[in-house]
Amino acid sequence: MSTTSNSMTFNIRIWRQKNAQTPGKLVEYKLDGISPDMSFLEMLDQLNERLYAKGEEPVAFDHDCREGICGMCSLNVNGIPHGPDSQVTICQTHMRIFKDGQTITIEPWRSTAFPVIKDCVVNRSAFDRIIQAGGFVSVNTGGTPDANALPISKEIADLAMDAAACIGCGACVAACKNSSALLFVSAKASQLNLLPQGKAEKDRRVLKMVETMDAEGFGACTNTNSCEAVCPKGIPVTFIAQLNRDYAWAMLKGAAAEPKATVGGA
Amino acid sequence: MPLIKFLRSTVGLKIIMGLTGAALFAFTVIHMVGNLQIFLGQEALNNYAQMLHASDEVIWGFRLGLGAVAALHILCAVVLTIRNRAARGKESYAEYAAPGASLASRTMAVSGVIVAAFIIFHLLHFTTQTIDPSFKELTEIHKGAERHDVYAMVIKGFSVTWVSVFYIISVALVSFHLSHGIASCFRSMGLTNPAYREVQEWFGLAFAIIIFVGMAAVPAAVLLGLVKL
Ligand code: HEM
Ligand code: SF4
Ligand code: FES
Repeated sequence: MSTTSNSMTFNIRIWRQKNAQTPGKLVEYKLDGISPDMSFLEMLDQLNERLYAKGEEPVAFDHDCREGICGMCSLNVNGIPHGPDSQVTICQTHMRIFKDGQTITIEPWRSTAFPVIKDCVVNRSAFDRIIQAGGFVSVNTGGTPDANALPISKEIADLAMDAAACIGCGACVAACKNSSALLFVSAKASQLNLLPQGKAEKDRRVLKMVETMDAEGFGACTNTNSCEAVCPKGIPVTFIAQLNRDYAWAMLKGAAAEPKATVGGA
Repeated sequence: MPLIKFLRSTVGLKIIMGLTGAALFAFTVIHMVGNLQIFLGQEALNNYAQMLHASDEVIWGFRLGLGAVAALHILCAVVLTIRNRAARGKESYAEYAAPGASLASRTMAVSGVIVAAFIIFHLLHFTTQTIDPSFKELTEIHKGAERHDVYAMVIKGFSVTWVSVFYIISVALVSFHLSHGIASCFRSMGLTNPAYREVQEWFGLAFAIIIFVGMAAVPAAVLLGLVKL
C-alpha cells in the first residue's frame, strides 16, 4: 500500500454546524493522498488532522468500535445512510468503492427525533428511551437456570437472533421518508417477544415501545423498504409486520401498558 | 382506554389504513368484474345494473358503508402524512437517494389525492349524472317495463374522447397506487411473515396490472368502436 502510486483525491462536502442553536451548512474541502485501503472514518481522520494543522476546528462525527458492532457511526453519504456499500456500516466502508476525484457529500442523520448536536453528530437518546420503555426482560434474582430448561426451536432461536443483530444505529430512521423508527422498534421488541423469557411481558412491551416511539416524534411506516435497504445488519421489514400484528393482538385483548397493582402488592 | 390509544398511535392508524385500503381494493376488483359485463352485451349489463339497484336499502347500505371506509382511509392518510412530514423535520437532506423505495411507495399521498379527485368526477358522471343530465333520459323497455339503459349511458359517456382518455389515465393512477398499496396493506395489517412476503408482493403487482387492464378496457373498447349501440 503506497500512498504515492495509489493515492486518491476527493472533494469532500460535509455538514458543519457549531451547535444545535446555530444553523449549519455544507462546507467543501479538497482532500488528497487518500489510500484506497483506508476506511471511510480514517479518511475523515485525515481531513481532521489537516484542519487541525491549519488551526481550524475538526469535524465532529460519532464513532466508537470502528468494526461494525457498536452502532455509533452515523453518516449519510451521497444520500444513503452508511453510504453506498450494502449491509455495511460506514466505519467498515473502504475508500476503494469511491471513484478517484469524486465529490462525496456527508450529512448527519435527519429527523426531528434526532436533533443535530454538532456537525455530523446527532442526539439518538430517543432510542434509549424506547428501550427503557420496554426493550428488556424483568428477571428475578436467584440461581442461574439450566440452559436447556426452556426448549426453543431452532427456527425461533434463529429468527430472534436475526432481530437481535440490530445495533441501534438509527440508519433506518435516517433513510425513511417519514423518519419512522419501526424497523428498530420491531427488531428490539421481537428479539424478546419471540423467546419464552420475553413472552410474559410481550403485550406491555409492544404497547409501551410504540407509545414511546410516537411520543418521541418518529413517523409512521409506509412500507417503502428504505430502512431494510440501508440497515447494516440486514434486518428484514417482516419484523415490522410482526410488530403490527403483536400490537393489534395486545389491543384486541385490551392489554394495559402499565402493570396493575394487585391486592397485597406484587 | 385502549381504543383511544389505538386511534392515536401511528401503528393503530396504519392498521386502519391497511384494513380500509384492503376493503377499497376488494371493492375495486368487484367493480371491475361488474364493468366487464359490457362485453356480454346490453342485456347482460343492464340486468346486472338493475339487480344492483333492486333494493334501496341494500344499495344505500352499501354506499354508506363504502363512503365511510373511504372517509376513514382519507382521514388516516391526512393525519399520518402531517405527522410524517413533521417527523422528517425542517432541515432536509442536500442529497437523498430514497434507497430501496419504489416511486409508487414514495408518492402514495399524491396518487391518493388524484384518485380522490377522479372518484368525485366519476360519481358526478355516472352515478348522479350531473355532468351530462341527458344520461337520465337513456331508458329501454325490458319485459314490458321501462328501466335505465346503463349500456347506452356508458357508450355515450366514453364516446367523448377526452372523457375516455381521462378515465384511462385515472385508472392508471389507481393501479399505480395499488402497485404499492396491495402488498403494503398486508404488512400494515400484520399479515406478512418471511414465508408470505414475496407471494404478497407478486399478488400486489399482478392485481395492479389486472385492474388497469380490466378498468381501461371499457373506455378503450368504446373509443375503438369495439362495443357500440
Ligand atoms: C380516495 C382517495 C385516496 C387517498 C387520499 C389515499 C391515500 C393513501 C395514502 C396516503 C396511503 C399510504 C399511507 C401511508 O403513508 O402509509 C394509502 C395506502 C393505500 N391505499 Fe389509498 N388513498 C385513496 C384511495 C384509495 C383507493 C380508491 C384504493 C383502492 C382502490 C386505495 C387503496 C390503498 C391501499 C390498499 C393502501 C395500502 C394501505 C397500507 O399501506 O397499509 N386507496 N392511500
Ligand atoms: S434496524 Fe438496522 S438500521 Fe435500524 S437501528 Fe437497527 S441496525 Fe440500525
Ligand atoms: S463505529 Fe461502531 S459500528 Fe461503526
